[in-house]
Amino acid sequence: MIRFVSIRLLRAAITVLAVMTFAFVVLRLSGDPAAVLLGPDVPKDVVDAFRAEWHLDEPIWRQYLAYIEAIFSGDFGQSMRDRSPALELVLERVPATLMLTVPALLLKIGLGIPAGIYAALHRDSALDRGVILLAILGFTIPSFVMGLVLVLIFAVTWNLLPSGGFGGWQHAILPALTMSIGGIGILARFSRSAMIEVMGQPYIRTASAKGVKWRDVVRGHALPNAAIPIVTIVGFMVGALIAGAVVVETIFSWPGIGRLLIVSVSNRDLAVVQCILLLIAAVMVVSNLTVDLLYGWLDPRLRAGAAH
Amino acid sequence: MANLVEIRGLRVAFDGMPVLHGINMDVAPGEALGLVGESGCGKSVTWLAALGLLPSKAHVTGSVRLQGADLSGAPRAQLEAVRGKRIAMIFQDPSSSLNPVQRVGRQLCEALRVNRGLTGAPARAEALRLMDLVGIPDARGRFGNYPHEFSGGQCQRLMIAMALAGEPDLLIADEPTTALDATIQAQILDLLARLRRETGMAVVFISHDLGAVAQICERVCVMYAGRIVEQGAVTQLFERPRHPYTLGLFEAIPRLYGPREPLVPIPGTVPDPRRLPRGCAFSPRCAQARPFCRDERPDLLDQQDGRQLACAFPLPGADPARADRKEGVLQ
Ligand SMILES: Nc1ncnc2c1ncn2[C@@H]1O[C@H](COP(=O)(O)OP(=O)(O)O)[C@@H](O)[C@H]1O
Ligand SMILES: [Mg+2]
Repeated sequence: MIRFVSIRLLRAAITVLAVMTFAFVVLRLSGDPAAVLLGPDVPKDVVDAFRAEWHLDEPIWRQYLAYIEAIFSGDFGQSMRDRSPALELVLERVPATLMLTVPALLLKIGLGIPAGIYAALHRDSALDRGVILLAILGFTIPSFVMGLVLVLIFAVTWNLLPSGGFGGWQHAILPALTMSIGGIGILARFSRSAMIEVMGQPYIRTASAKGVKWRDVVRGHALPNAAIPIVTIVGFMVGALIAGAVVVETIFSWPGIGRLLIVSVSNRDLAVVQCILLLIAAVMVVSNLTVDLLYGWLDPRLRAGAAH
Repeated sequence: MANLVEIRGLRVAFDGMPVLHGINMDVAPGEALGLVGESGCGKSVTWLAALGLLPSKAHVTGSVRLQGADLSGAPRAQLEAVRGKRIAMIFQDPSSSLNPVQRVGRQLCEALRVNRGLTGAPARAEALRLMDLVGIPDARGRFGNYPHEFSGGQCQRLMIAMALAGEPDLLIADEPTTALDATIQAQILDLLARLRRETGMAVVFISHDLGAVAQICERVCVMYAGRIVEQGAVTQLFERPRHPYTLGLFEAIPRLYGPREPLVPIPGTVPDPRRLPRGCAFSPRCAQARPFCRDERPDLLDQQDGRQLACAFPLPGADPARADRKEGVLQ
């Protein structure tokens, strides 16, 4: 078990380092912050002073080493716009993003999984067909289209909810809904097929043959087995808690991480972008790690595999 | 003696495609009945249908009576009360027939709780006794293990223990040894024969291995393409198989004793239920077939010697050349 966990921890650390490195290199190769921040008509000596101040004139490998060293001492850099600490700028935005993504995740889990399981258990019924159809609609319609449709219906036509901006919980409803619909569809489809697969397994027939009531066959034998693949998908969704809001935050002018990312990328605000990407990578890695541990808990065969 | 189970006119269709065409079958209390036929003949479907274990797309008609009570079309609760407690069933692939994420002890205790109301320490004690009974070494130590920690043969032993948990009147053993290698097969057969002697329960032994059937059973039903084509006492059928299909099954047994004749497999394969031949379903593969067989399907009729037979041109009733065959297979 210790080996299992430490291998996975090491892998997680390597993943984060790879993301950081990749982001660092790509950002530096893809454009000069000085040009973007200072504008085109600034004299050359001002530009040079700026580049020197931010060490942009040094070789990239030296910048990289300095960056890594700083990170390990807890310094995530400063915004090139107003010199405020990048980490603070980023963390400030986290609650706003979570205000959308957490309810959206709960909707996905709370509606998608039960709908999929219900459909699987009533396979080929009218309700099953309905669930499949809605699920396909849910995850094929892009979220910006979905968002606009919801705004048209609930904000413009019925005037029930605000169409955008940050405010009370009413402001969060439409963006959270928009964000959840695709995931509900994905989880419904996935839970349905996982459950159908499991219900066809010989051990389900065994449980029925030994006289277990149908409900208990479903609850005690089918669900624990179907949970294994479903957890994978939920894990991906948890991993996207921070990163998944970019499009929707932009549509609804929601001041979360996603908006900050868009603005910082277009401004070439390197430290802020790097800090956001690092946070995104860290959340994904932690959720993958949790999924791996959950697997071991749910599936004794994997536990055995990890021990050897 | 009144029959334990009486199946009458059992028909099963999957999505409108019939695969069982009216099966009549009786099981007497304590009897061991063999059900043989090549793969795809409808042996499993017969008993899955009887217990209501087929998926809902299966359309089942006919009647299945358990000591007078009709199980066909019975409410789910009534079937659940029969399964495990009156009629238990074990399957072909023991390793995937146990829930992979549940400890075997817990699976055994569940059967004891559902069928005998045992919980807690008494359930555990009884589960350990059953594991001992079916020959799992170190039952106490292995109670908390998962199915993947057992071999295929041990999984089948556990399945048998679970089937015994409800003290059933009838055990359906659906090819319990097919997935196992030869020595393990023999051990499982011995175990089944011993348990039957000790408990007095009836056994339906489904197999395509006539040798194994002869070892366990007194009576045999031979099935082909969703119908019974011959049935009678084991000795009767072994001494004088009269349906050419039964004979074909005998010829295909690898013989351990007696003359080393080469194996003669039956030419061709079991027909697809969607493309059943007209007339007798076996006629395209039958060496004895005449034009009549390709037009008319013979009914299953009682014969003077007590067997039932569905063949227009059966093999002769006496065949001295086959007298050695019984010894060959039965030892
Ligand atoms: N769940 C199912 N869906 C569709 N067809 C099935 C199903 N189960 C069995 N069949 C068909 O029914 C026929 C009899 O199958 P089965 O009873 O399993 O044969 P066997 O004699 O080998 O046990 C076969 O043609 C098989 O393809
Ligand atoms: Mg079968």
